[in-house]
Amino acid sequence: MRALGRIATPRAAGLSVAVLTGYGLAAVLGGLAITVFALLLAAGDDAQSPPPYAYICRVLGFTLWQAFLSTLLSLLAAILMTRALARQAQFPGRMLLLRLCALPMVMPTIVGIFGVVAVYGGSGYLALVADAVGIDWQPRLYGLAGILIAHVFFNLPLAIRLLLPAFASVPAESWRLAAQLGMGSRDIFRIIEIPLLRQQLPGISIIIFMLCFTTFAVALTLGGGPRATTLEVAIYQALRFDFDLRLGAMLAILQVIFCAGGAWAVWRAGRQMVLGNTARLVAYRYDGRASRARLVDFSVIIFGAIFLTLPILALVQRGLAGMVAAASPASLLSAALVSLGLGLAGGLTATLIGYLIAQARQRALLQGRKRGAMLLGLAGRLGLFVSPMVIGTGIFLAATGSVDLYRIAAAGVILLSAVMALPFVLGVLEPALEVAAARHDRLCAALGLTGWNRFCHIDWPTLRRPIATALALSSVIAMGDLGAIALFGNQDMVNLTLLLYGQLGAYRLDGAASTALILLALALAFYWTIERVVGGRELH
Amino acid sequence: MSYIDIAGLQFTYEDLVMRFDLTVDEGEVMAIIGPSGAGKSTLLALIGGFEAAQAGSIAVGGEDITDLAPDARPVTTLFQDHNLFAHLSVAQNVGLGLHPGLRLSAEDRVAVAWALEQVGLTGFEDRLPGQLSGGERQRVAIARCILRKRPVLMLDEAFAALGPALRREMLQLVLSLKVRNNLTVLMVTHDPADAAFAADHTSFIADGQVVMSGDTATVLASTHPAIRDYLGT
Repeated sequence: MRALGRIATPRAAGLSVAVLTGYGLAAVLGGLAITVFALLLAAGDDAQSPPPYAYICRVLGFTLWQAFLSTLLSLLAAILMTRALARQAQFPGRMLLLRLCALPMVMPTIVGIFGVVAVYGGSGYLALVADAVGIDWQPRLYGLAGILIAHVFFNLPLAIRLLLPAFASVPAESWRLAAQLGMGSRDIFRIIEIPLLRQQLPGISIIIFMLCFTTFAVALTLGGGPRATTLEVAIYQALRFDFDLRLGAMLAILQVIFCAGGAWAVWRAGRQMVLGNTARLVAYRYDGRASRARLVDFSVIIFGAIFLTLPILALVQRGLAGMVAAASPASLLSAALVSLGLGLAGGLTATLIGYLIAQARQRALLQGRKRGAMLLGLAGRLGLFVSPMVIGTGIFLAATGSVDLYRIAAAGVILLSAVMALPFVLGVLEPALEVAAARHDRLCAALGLTGWNRFCHIDWPTLRRPIATALALSSVIAMGDLGAIALFGNQDMVNLTLLLYGQLGAYRLDGAASTALILLALALAFYWTIERVVGGRELH
Repeated sequence: MSYIDIAGLQFTYEDLVMRFDLTVDEGEVMAIIGPSGAGKSTLLALIGGFEAAQAGSIAVGGEDITDLAPDARPVTTLFQDHNLFAHLSVAQNVGLGLHPGLRLSAEDRVAVAWALEQVGLTGFEDRLPGQLSGGERQRVAIARCILRKRPVLMLDEAFAALGPALRREMLQLVLSLKVRNNLTVLMVTHDPADAAFAADHTSFIADGQVVMSGDTATVLASTHPAIRDYLGT
C-alpha cells in the first residue's frame, strides 16, 4: 500500500506520473468499451436472418417491469421502516438492525439468493410451515415472485441506509417545534416527511431501479425460464450459449442506452447521496411517544427485521445442517482458495486503478477543469453502463485466435470483476480525497509539506481508512461476483460462487447451503481482516 | 405565589445532576445567564416539555404543567435556529401557530397578516425563509409565537447569531410585544448586556443550579465568585 501512495504524492510538481497514469487508465477503459462494441458489431455482421425483434421487446419489457415493481416495493417498505426507525430512536435492537442493513453490501449476491430460496423455495421454511399447519400450498418462487422477493431483500437495506441520513438531517428543533405546535403524525407526515421524501426519493429510486435493471445473478437463478429473462441474462445467453454476437451486441447497446439514461437522471437528481453513519442517533421525536405510534412502528420494525434476517438465519441453519452433504472438502478448499485469490487480485486491481483515477480527478478539479474531472469519474464508472457480460465478451473476442482463452481465464475474471468493483471504489475514494484536499492542501502548501513527507504524515494517516474500505469492498465484490466467473470459468477454475451456482442449478440444496455459508463466512472474514489490517485503528 | 413556580426540578445529563428552583412574576422579563453547559437551555427545555423532569414540579399561573405535552403548555419557545420550515412560505410558517395541519380559513389568513404586521413584515406572506435575512426569519418566528397566544414566551439564545445593533432591535420588538400581549418572557442569553438592556430580573445558573436570582443590576454587580468568574470582572 505504501508504494501506491508514494507515486501519487508529488501533487505540487506539475503533472505527476500518478496523474498521467490515472488519465491513461481512464482512456484505456473508455477505449475498451468502444472497441468491444466495434468487435461485437463486426463479428455479428454476417448474420443472415433478421434480428428477433419480438424476443428483444419481450426481454426489454420484462426487465423494465420487474425493475419497476422491485423499486416500488423496496421503496414502500423502506419508507415505512425508515420512518419507524427514525421515530423510535430508542428501539432496543436498532443498532443491530442497522448493522444488518450493511450486510448485503458485503454478502455475495448468490449467497443472499440461497437464503431467499431457503425461506421461500419449494422446500423452504414457508413450505414447511404450510405443511405443518396442514395447508395444501406450494410456494412458486421461480419467476417474477422470486425476482421481486430477492430484489427487495437486497435493496430494502440499501434504501434504508440511503433514507435514514435524510431523516437524521432534520434538525432537532424541527421536532421540538412540531411537538410545541401540536402536530399529529399525519401533520408531521404532510409538513415534514413528505417534503423530505420528495427530495430524496428520485435519486434513490433511480439507483435501485438501475441495480434491478442490470440484475444478473438474481434473474439467472430465480428467473426460472425464458418468460422471466432480463436483458443482462439474455446477453449472457446470447454470448455464452448461442454465440449470437449480433443479438448480444444489440441487447448490449439497448442496455447502454438505458443505463446512460439512468445515470444522466441520477446526475440530474443532483444530490450527493449520503451512505453511511446510519447508526448515529436520530434526534428525539416526540411523535413516537404515543402508544399507537409505538404499536405501528414496532410492528413495522419487527416485520421488516424478520424479512431481512430470516433468509440469513435459514442460510446458517441449513448450512450447518448440510455440512454432511457438502461438496468434498478438497473441492471446497480449492474453490475457497480460488475465491480468495481472485477476490484479492480483483480488489487490488480495482483499488489501484481507482486510487489513480481519483487522484487524477482531484488534480483536474484543483486546476478547475471540471469537464476533465467528470470524464475521469465517468470512465471509472464504466461498469455501471456497460454490461460486464459485454466487456467480458469483448475481452473474449479480442483474445480469440491470438491467445489461448483457457490460459487467460483468470486474468479475464480479475479484470472484469475489477471493472465491476471500480464504481464502488471511486464512491469511497473520491469524496475522501476531496475532503483530504480541502482540509490539508493549503496548510501543506503553507508549511512546504510535499512529497514523501506529506504522504507519510498527512495523506496516509487520513486516507488509510478509506483506502482500506475501498480495498475490502472491492475484494468482496470481486469475490462474490457471478458474472465474470460464469463467463470465463471452466472446470479447472471453480470458485465458491460458481460452485454454489452449479449446486443451486442442480437443486442440491444441502450441499449448496454449506457452500453458501462458507462463502458468506469467508467474505465477512475477508472484509473484516482487510479493513483492520490495512485500515489500522480509528483516527479521532 | 409567583406566576411561574419551579420547585426541585431535577434532570440528569451525562454526569451533571441539575436541580432548579426558580420563581418568575407575571409580566416580567427574566434573563437567564451562566456559563455554557450549566443547564440554561435544559431548563427551558424542561419548561417547554421537550425533556421530562425526573423529580420536582413546574407550575404556571397556579396550574401544575409538569406532565403536560409540549403543545398543551402555556408556553412557546423561540430557538436560535430552525424555527421555520425552509420549504413553507412565511404565511404558512406563521399559520402553523393557528393550525398544525395548515388548514387555514380566510379568518386565519387575516390573523396571519396581523401577526406579520406586529413584527414589521407586512406583505412578506409569500416569501420563503431562504429569501429572508437572519433577523427577518426570527421576526417571522416571533409572529407565530404571538399567534399561538401563550402567556409565556421563552427565547433560547434566539438572537445570539445576530449582530449587536440587530439584537438590540429584536429585544426592543420583544419588549413592545410583551406589553401589548401581556407576556411573561424568559430569555437565555450569553451576553450580560442583553440582560442589562431588557430584563427586570436575572437568574445566574451554574452547574445545574440557580446560583442567584434577583434584580438584574444586583445580580450583575454581585460579588459571588461564580458570577465574577463568569463576567470576568
